[in-house]
Amino acid sequence: MATTDRVQNILMVGVGGQGVILAGEIISEVMMRAGYDVKKSEVHGMAQRGGSVSSHVRFGSKVYSPLIKKGDADVLFSFELLESARYLDFMRSDALIMVNSQKVLPPSVTLGVDTYPEQIPEILRARFSRVDIVDALDIAKRAGNARALNVAFLGALSRHFAVDENLWKDVISAMLPAKLVDVNIKAFLLGRKTD
Amino acid sequence: MKELLTGNEAIARGAYEAGVAVATAYPGTPSTEILENMAAYEGVYAEWSPNEKVALEVATGAAIGGRRALAAMKHVGVNVAADPLFTVSYTGIKGGLVIVTADDPEMHSSQNEQDNRNYAKFAKVPMLEPADSQEARDYIKLAFELSERFDTPVFVRTTTRVSHSKSIVELSEPQQRPAAPALEKQPDKYVMVPAHARRRHPLVEQRIKDLEAFAEEFAENRVELQDPAVGIIASGACYQYAREAFPGYSFLKLGMVYPLPKKKIKEFSRQVKKLYAFEELDPFIEEQVKALGIEIIGKDVFPSCGEFDPGTAEQGIRGITGTEKKDTAALPYLPPRPPTMCPGCPHRGLFYALNKMKVFVAGDIGCYTLACLPPLKAVDTCICMGASIGHAMGLDKALGSAALGRVVAVIGDSTFLHSGITGLLDVAYNRGACTVIILDNWTTAMTGRQDHPGTGMTIREEKTTKVDYVKLVKALGIKQVKKVDPFDLKTLNKVLKKEINRPEPSVIITDSPCVLYRRGEKGAPRPLLYVERSECIGCKACLQLGCPALEWVTLPPQEQAALKKKKGEAFINPSLCVGCELCSQLCRKGAIRKKDGNN
Repeated sequence: MATTDRVQNILMVGVGGQGVILAGEIISEVMMRAGYDVKKSEVHGMAQRGGSVSSHVRFGSKVYSPLIKKGDADVLFSFELLESARYLDFMRSDALIMVNSQKVLPPSVTLGVDTYPEQIPEILRARFSRVDIVDALDIAKRAGNARALNVAFLGALSRHFAVDENLWKDVISAMLPAKLVDVNIKAFLLGRKTD
Repeated sequence: MKELLTGNEAIARGAYEAGVAVATAYPGTPSTEILENMAAYEGVYAEWSPNEKVALEVATGAAIGGRRALAAMKHVGVNVAADPLFTVSYTGIKGGLVIVTADDPEMHSSQNEQDNRNYAKFAKVPMLEPADSQEARDYIKLAFELSERFDTPVFVRTTTRVSHSKSIVELSEPQQRPAAPALEKQPDKYVMVPAHARRRHPLVEQRIKDLEAFAEEFAENRVELQDPAVGIIASGACYQYAREAFPGYSFLKLGMVYPLPKKKIKEFSRQVKKLYAFEELDPFIEEQVKALGIEIIGKDVFPSCGEFDPGTAEQGIRGITGTEKKDTAALPYLPPRPPTMCPGCPHRGLFYALNKMKVFVAGDIGCYTLACLPPLKAVDTCICMGASIGHAMGLDKALGSAALGRVVAVIGDSTFLHSGITGLLDVAYNRGACTVIILDNWTTAMTGRQDHPGTGMTIREEKTTKVDYVKLVKALGIKQVKKVDPFDLKTLNKVLKKEINRPEPSVIITDSPCVLYRRGEKGAPRPLLYVERSECIGCKACLQLGCPALEWVTLPPQEQAALKKKKGEAFINPSLCVGCELCSQLCRKGAIRKKDGNN
């Protein structure tokens, strides 16, 4: 996948508090160190806990726009099932769809007003040929810390890029607090080995 | 050295490299991180000012003293700082003065999407507009040079997509600037009495002419001549979108959006067949180009609202949507996921109580504005910083006895200190029968927990003096002031009823730190709560709090029958609960209980 000619577009989505932003930081730093031009864009500000979060990560030989054009995203990297369905119009028809199987209930669902749409995996599989649904929470727990979910999920994504494993490990070590490095490296490697 | 930086980080870096001595701001998305990063550099004085007007005045003072100074604010912050802005344009400066305005097209976190390029023209101040982080770092340095060369404050305008996007920046070492701070009396330059101001105004007009001449040779106003069929004039993030969508067309990329390089624009218009102004929000460039008698297409094909992306350029220029409509009809309804107040937020109980009292709540800017959403639905106005108190006063004076007992103002601690004090002074002075609730959560929560004059800490976390709200409010002339714990619903309700119905001004201070408060002053973690299933009658009283940790579980019909008509029951998500005990106070059956230990 990692060709230099065409800019690669990763659309990362999830729910505030899941570690979407940090995962985007790690990918961006890895791709810069791998020699690419990189742009990453997201919005912070409003008390975002529990709100929808998205981050655009783009890399290639030269990147202009910080935003991905609708219909042009190569990878959907979604931390939550329902959230993945909000962004389908951003995806190329041959996109890789990676979804963490976790469900986080929106407020109207917790209040019993709306129901959580259960048919998302079927919808994704009907529209895209490359759909990978990963239980990143389980991987993170097996690594020893549920909060390493984002890095575990990143491990699963890393298989799709021709970037040296050590580069990922270096960046994770540099960007996480020292006491969390070991568990996150473990989570990353477990994620990278999932099939 | 290369680093991936956000636009805001790059601005701070650029200012540091330019030898800035004083940097000021009031937090506001998307500008906040500029000062947070500025404070991390040695040798720079950085402060959270109480508001943007003070921030600009402090920066101006530093510049009058011959040092370089920067004031950063969000777009609406410039409204607050507009008073000094228009006159410092007349006085000019001695050391460089740069004002960063961070605009927010799309209103990701703002109450309007005003286009602050208009301020440059209105105040006759030049404005640079970087298109990515590298330019953000470079243009700040250029802005200081321009400021000193032309004796003017200089605007650097960003938008959210420049402020909050990361891209690669080449760094260099800070300039060693000769420190020549000097007190120099120049009353004819700095004392804007009418006689002096009349002499300064022609200098301002001449300065704009000089800057127009400079714009022609300014290397950052760059012509990229390619396919002459279409020429696009753009700046900032818009340039990136259009450049990506149409890599082969010709561009006039403007690094300075005011004043414009008229000759360069004329020449460019002659070199291309069809000319577009690709700009978000107002037709700022388009109208000025049209005034030159040049044909240009702008707002006829590009939107005036919201932010752009490469698709906007394609749609406007090629008339296509950029993507075939995928069959979204087959998607189920996707429940929205708006941001909500956190579990354990000290504001939640107050808005629950106000909702039950069915009062009209004049609201303000902060996390608590989110209480306008269901199920709390207890914020009825939100216009600008500090406005809640004025709104309550106006309602009180207009409606008289019809408003008594039915109107309150709510305002956060940081917002109150920013611009609520004068509103409260009006209530006291003009004898309004208003009740004002100051929501003191010990921080500026919405922008990510910055310090302010009520926290006792500076931006560098040094201890400092701390506002005493009770004394301050009393000194303004308010006699009735009460502090309450917003987690004690019974007392809170009692105080609210009494004060709202009082026919004289009163202030209630809800005193409890933001649940995300960072200094570990919260004490030991509290036991989490759970629902005792056999006791829950499914009345949904607790769900009215709108706490993300509280969930409704619908039971299968056979279980509903077995459990006496109950359709479902409440469930507390243990990964979200922080044990604030608001919900247990609402449960009449005592079904919400504390867990043993903290999990």
